[in-house]
Amino acid sequence: MAPKRNNANRGVSPNPKTATTTSAAVPLPPNPNPSAPIPGSRPSSAHSTVSTHPKTSASAPVSQTWDKVISNLTSHYQKSSPQRTKLLDAFMAFLVVVGVLQFVYCVLAGNYPFNAFLSGFSATVGQFVLTASLRIQTTEANKKDFPAVSPERAFADYVVCSLILHFFCVNFIN
Amino acid sequence: MSAETLQVLADVGKGKSTRSVLRVIILALIAGASIASRLFSVIRFESIIHEFDPWFNFRATKYLVANGFYNFWDWFDDRTWHPLGRVTGGTLYPGLMVTSGAIWHALRALTIPVDIRNVCVLLAPAFSGLTAIAAYLLTNEMTTYNSAGLLAALFMGIAPGYISRSVAGSYDNEAIAIFLLVFTFYLWIKALKQGSMLWGAFCALFYGYMVASWGGYAFITCLLPLHAFVLILMGRYSTRLYVSYTTWYALGTLASMQIPFVGFLPVKTSEHMPALGIFGFLQLLAFLDYVRSAVPSRQFQTFLWLFAGGIFVLSLAVLVIATSAGVIAPWSGRFYSLWDTGYAKIHIPIIASVSEHQPTAWPAFFFDLNLLIFVFPVGVYLCFQELADEHVFIIVYAVFGSYFAGVMVRLMLTLTPVVCVAGAIAISTILNNYLIAKTPTEEDQQAAEAAEKKGSKSGLKSATKPVVGIYGLWSKSLMVAAMAVYLLIFVMHCTWVTSNAYSSPSVVLASRMPDGSQHIIDDYREAYQWLRQNTKEDAKIMSWWDYGYQIGGMADRPTLVDNNTWNNTHIATVGKAMSSREEVSYPIMRQHEVDYVLVVFGGLLGYSGDDINKFLWMVRIAEGIWPDEVSERAFFTPRGEYRVDGEATETMKNSLMYKMSYYNFNNLFPPGQAVDRMRQARLPEVGPTLSTLEEAFTSENWIIRIYKVKDLDNVGRDHISATAFEKGLKKKKAAKKRGPRVLRVD
Repeated sequence: MAPKRNNANRGVSPNPKTATTTSAAVPLPPNPNPSAPIPGSRPSSAHSTVSTHPKTSASAPVSQTWDKVISNLTSHYQKSSPQRTKLLDAFMAFLVVVGVLQFVYCVLAGNYPFNAFLSGFSATVGQFVLTASLRIQTTEANKKDFPAVSPERAFADYVVCSLILHFFCVNFIN
Repeated sequence: MSAETLQVLADVGKGKSTRSVLRVIILALIAGASIASRLFSVIRFESIIHEFDPWFNFRATKYLVANGFYNFWDWFDDRTWHPLGRVTGGTLYPGLMVTSGAIWHALRALTIPVDIRNVCVLLAPAFSGLTAIAAYLLTNEMTTYNSAGLLAALFMGIAPGYISRSVAGSYDNEAIAIFLLVFTFYLWIKALKQGSMLWGAFCALFYGYMVASWGGYAFITCLLPLHAFVLILMGRYSTRLYVSYTTWYALGTLASMQIPFVGFLPVKTSEHMPALGIFGFLQLLAFLDYVRSAVPSRQFQTFLWLFAGGIFVLSLAVLVIATSAGVIAPWSGRFYSLWDTGYAKIHIPIIASVSEHQPTAWPAFFFDLNLLIFVFPVGVYLCFQELADEHVFIIVYAVFGSYFAGVMVRLMLTLTPVVCVAGAIAISTILNNYLIAKTPTEEDQQAAEAAEKKGSKSGLKSATKPVVGIYGLWSKSLMVAAMAVYLLIFVMHCTWVTSNAYSSPSVVLASRMPDGSQHIIDDYREAYQWLRQNTKEDAKIMSWWDYGYQIGGMADRPTLVDNNTWNNTHIATVGKAMSSREEVSYPIMRQHEVDYVLVVFGGLLGYSGDDINKFLWMVRIAEGIWPDEVSERAFFTPRGEYRVDGEATETMKNSLMYKMSYYNFNNLFPPGQAVDRMRQARLPEVGPTLSTLEEAFTSENWIIRIYKVKDLDNVGRDHISATAFEKGLKKKKAAKKRGPRVLRVD
């Protein structure tokens, strides 16, 4: 997911910079996205959005609600996430960065060893998804959704699934 | 006394552990029954591989066992599709062969010496036992009634719709694929219910096994995303859905790409895009879900609209651009023919020519599913009543399975599991309601009424459940007896269908003598054996593609085309050779180094599956490539009839196929009385003459006729004048008749 969305962002990212000067309402939504899926990296990017937007945006209410949304999110995140979850988030952010790098490379330098690209890329995507699943399963708030899965069980599942994932990747990489 | 024994019997069934023991025993018996009912063909005939495709699978399995896995993986087969060859290792689904190879090795390791042929013959029945158990597990996820699972296992075990592809000897991909299909669905439901990564990973592994086994894996690839999508639309997104789906997709897609034949398809073709799309969509939903828990709802709404709308438009645009730019391949022909049943007939005759790709006739549903087709909607209705996530799955599966089964005969196979599950739910609900001996008492009713009064203030009327019970003993026993009779009839029907319709190997034909005893017609094997013993090791055999696998498997001779119809032009070339005049066909055969030509002829015996009946497809396929040289119209009489008797068109009479089929046929009969029993046509008094081929072999009942392609003439004449010379005709006359010059091929 993350790479896909980042792909979308990458395609758009030149636009917001140019477009924010003309109209704020439309190009704004994609702009916070890079920060969005990566709670770990959010503070830094949130700062940047907060600092840049009020200057450029013409229509005040939308950007104000946006600022509020962002600030709410960051404060909520910092308050309610335990240290372990933050660690997971940092890992996920790292995976997103790696995925984006791979994709950029693929677009710029061609996908010649397509096997290698695919396995590398799916390894990052798969690991991201598995980590997200682990994060969901270990979050206190979601406990009632998973009566059968204790945090320990979730971690064991995570390890098994990651092993399977990387076995396939290594097998596929040629 | 009798009351006491009854009491004892009733007590036996009450303990929890006794029940589970009983359940295991019943399940084992069901598995045994489903294996046993598939053995008709072995008992009636012998332990033999059936039909066409299984012969290739069998040959590939023998290759695997003889040469090991790595050679099998890199197998380039130069004995098919001469002179092109086939990259067999990269163009087959290896699951079936690897499975039977592994079983064979395991049995050898246990010092049970068993022939690989017997492993192959009995693989399908063995897996059908497993399918029954998988159906039990799947159904148990749906209801709380244990009887439903057992009924489903029973239905799955003996439903003719599944038996048709899994009798002993029917060594085809479907033999193991249906088990994998049902079991993958079970694991999916399990993963979804628990929201567990581990079950999701199991689901992905079995999905990978399924991909390795059968092209029908696309059914799972489309059904699971659809289920997820329907759940999302119903507002039932849950973190469990996220965990199970994303785990399945991330691992399953990678697993499927390990198969060389599938390769990059999962990221390149449109069939696989829904799964990817839902995968991306779920990421968004998960993120939104997180945001919603973090910010107040007012802010969330603005956030949601801008964010989701923007992403949706963007991804749609990316998809459209990628498809039109050719990054993602458009849908394949077989897929189009699923939506428009007339598509294949117009654009791809080779797909339309396969009988199992035809739309289903409605009696087939009754024939293959019998009682179940009536209770199937009831089961779906009952699923609507509960409508948990897993019931949505059954509903989605039912809708799509029915549609596809109506479009293509062979997709009846994918419908059968859901029909069995839904039917079992319906019947077990009926039985559970009627089999309870206890009648509701006055107190129960009063309590219920009181509860209703209390509840009527708050809940809807339909939401409260009044105590409904069956009071009369008569109605109970009547209903139960009726159900029992239906079920017995179902079992009888299944057995009858299995023994009469689905147990024929089609390599060996059975007929009845006038006194009622069985007579075996074994022309196929007779002819293939002749080829094996009397021709060179590398003699190329030209035949229509239906018989390619059998020739490769039984006669072990190279063929021009076979049932793996990967090269339409090559098939059309054979079609052209068959449907043209000898003068045109001979150069084609020389160019392809054909040594023998094999035709199937049913005129003597009244065998309907012969080449004259398939002939129009050869013409059509050839016409698709050479519209100037072959024309379907020319094979019909001016009145539009397809005739083989004296009034057949000149094109028909001069075609190689016609000549080979009826060559010397009239010598069997008194002059002027030769009759084609298949088409009930009286043939002309003078039979066709062949000048470029000579008859090499004709089997006992004339079903298979083999011709040898003559070498070039010794003194440089063309074949027609040579034949004419040998018959003592004047040269002048022959020279006049001469058609286009015969190409010399050195």
